[in-house]
Amino acid sequence: MTIAQPKYKTTDEVDFVIIGSGAAGGILAKELSGNGFRVVVLEQGPYLTEKDFVHDEIKVLSQDLLTNHPEFQPTTFRKTPQDKAKPQRALVYGRIVGGTSVHFTANFWRFHEIDFIERSKVGSVPGATLSDWPITYADLEPYYTKVEWEIGVSGQAGASPFDPPRSKPYPMPPLPVKSSGVIFERAARKLGWHPFPAPMAILSQPRPGRSACINCGFCLSFGCEVGAKSSSLATAIRIAEKTGRCEIRPNSYVHRIELDANGRATGAVYFDAQRNVQRQKAKAVVVCANGAETPRLLLLSANKQFPDGLANSSGYVGKNLMLNSGGVTTAVFEEPLNDYKGFAVSRILHDFYELDPDKVGFHGGGGLDARFDMTPIGFALGNLPPGSPRWGKAFKEVLSHNFTRTCEIFGHGTSLPVENNSFSLDPDLKDAWGLPALRMTYKDHPDDLKLSAWLNARSVELLDVAGAKKMWAPPVQEQQFAVHLLGTCRMGNDPKTSVINSDHRAHDVKNLFLCDGSSLVTSGRGQPTMTIEALAFRAADRITALAKRGELPS
Amino acid sequence: MLSAASYAREAAQSATPAKFEFFSAEQAAEVDAISARIIPTTDTPGAREAGVVFFIDRALVTFAKDNQKIYTEGLPELQAKVSELSPALTKFSAATLEQQDHILRSFDESSAAGGRSSRRRAAAQSFFETIRVHTVMGFLIDPDSDKRGNRDGVGWKVIGRDNEHMFQPPFGYYDKDYPGWQPNPTDVDKSKS
Repeated sequence: MTIAQPKYKTTDEVDFVIIGSGAAGGILAKELSGNGFRVVVLEQGPYLTEKDFVHDEIKVLSQDLLTNHPEFQPTTFRKTPQDKAKPQRALVYGRIVGGTSVHFTANFWRFHEIDFIERSKVGSVPGATLSDWPITYADLEPYYTKVEWEIGVSGQAGASPFDPPRSKPYPMPPLPVKSSGVIFERAARKLGWHPFPAPMAILSQPRPGRSACINCGFCLSFGCEVGAKSSSLATAIRIAEKTGRCEIRPNSYVHRIELDANGRATGAVYFDAQRNVQRQKAKAVVVCANGAETPRLLLLSANKQFPDGLANSSGYVGKNLMLNSGGVTTAVFEEPLNDYKGFAVSRILHDFYELDPDKVGFHGGGGLDARFDMTPIGFALGNLPPGSPRWGKAFKEVLSHNFTRTCEIFGHGTSLPVENNSFSLDPDLKDAWGLPALRMTYKDHPDDLKLSAWLNARSVELLDVAGAKKMWAPPVQEQQFAVHLLGTCRMGNDPKTSVINSDHRAHDVKNLFLCDGSSLVTSGRGQPTMTIEALAFRAADRITALAKRGELPS
Repeated sequence: MLSAASYAREAAQSATPAKFEFFSAEQAAEVDAISARIIPTTDTPGAREAGVVFFIDRALVTFAKDNQKIYTEGLPELQAKVSELSPALTKFSAATLEQQDHILRSFDESSAAGGRSSRRRAAAQSFFETIRVHTVMGFLIDPDSDKRGNRDGVGWKVIGRDNEHMFQPPFGYYDKDYPGWQPNPTDVDKSKS
């Protein structure tokens, strides 16, 4: 599909340069260009479309068709700031137009009221920098609803007694139930729990230019070939392009934000596809590069005024990283589930969203989902019961028997913010462009590990009641690999303990805005994308209001 | 069933996909024989019917180029083992199936499987682990891909995956009699657990 887009010159001072085109960047591009502003979106990855979204597991997974590539973008990991970080693949994110929203599971939970006011409700937690948000659930509710209706979220309003209040039902019914969902629902009800149809950012009904889900089975980690997954690519970016004011510029790897003598951002410096350095001028800069790359970009942009990283007077840029906790319990059933058909998740429950620390002995909460998210090769190499034969007739037998009979229960829970957990610049390792590589420092708060084990125990309880023939869960271990990238440029009223204010404006640089997983103050209970998108819609309103009040350069 | 050597010879002579891009005919016959023990032909098709040797051959000139040496060094090592076992033999593919399994067991040092591996790379360490992973990949890759594996979707058939591009519910045994969503019993209040 060819869409007429403006082509701005790098010397044109556009109204906004947006860095990153994922869950947040796509929505900000749509909203700001829709509000009449001239926008350039710089995306480090390529511009792929539906025809590129194949089911080839080697191309997509082993070769990282859609994701950051460990060869060109190596990373390092360490547990604490006292350790020397070792080269290790530490994270995965979407590196394409549409970002991680292209390949994600599309679990689309709203945060609950508690997630915004946890600190004042439960008090401080030793070892955690737990803090209230400067906004509440009520502030964000209209934007959650906006996300659901604008991008297309399927679900069943009122199905969970634990749901926070909502102003409108979902725009379309839930996706069909899978066998894993039926097993989950029946067992959970026997236990007195409250399973309900999973809210998913996947269409159960067609929308203009987009098909309803065809249940192809290559969903998590894959791009949707029919536009049913409500990625930024399939939704916001298409609309932004139609405004005629928004240019999506792929293969543009931003590595510096420069300031003028007055301390205002002047635009973004990036490598183009040929690795030539370009400078896109803009009146304001909006960084939506994700919870790893946003702080990295600020740290890479250190200058005389900000020797420790741009907008980092708080010292919090890159800090308080949260990944979400949880575990996986896998089970095999007597009869075929054929759960390889369709999207990943059809039933979830939130009975454990707010656990009482006095009763369970740790802080936090979570939810469970029933799913099957494996594709054939990944399944054969990684999802047979522990100790299964690895080759020969017996391997073939267990593989043939189990593929259609396996499902998983995922626990998703709180990660407490811990100041030492961070993304920073590795002092030694460089990426293929010669820039300092990302270094991840992470050691789960002890309560997160207890919560993960507690959720696993609930999964086992459920699968037992469900009559699973076999089940297993790897022991809970400290996390060393990040998918949810949260909290690293947190929002707050106090410039000493936060990086942005509730308008997503950097405390230190008046025309610099940050909006993505890095903005989150708490981790919720998993499934952050819905909140990231609601924040993006809200940020667009706030930024537009500031611009209209003349608070941005004109 | 054709012997591995004659199968490879025949395949090498037939139309498409016939030509090997990396292996010699002899190497191909050895690789074919090994993969056929990793996923054997039983009452259902195995690696051989899925054309795994063609998949590996293409892999070694494309995405798994880095693994070429593992094969060129691993095959002679394997053949040395064969001769050790039975001095008259020089080729793995000429050994009996029992001998083949015996040799592969001795190559398969690591036995612990497990762990989620959605982003596993083909760059495994040992020859056996490399060819094991490649065989699984060649057996189960999307048959519509350009990788020459999973010929006619036989691998998917074996594991029970229909080779279709879209599906309609009901999907499986447990959802076929699902009456539709019924609200949760409302007798439990929204209290903390």
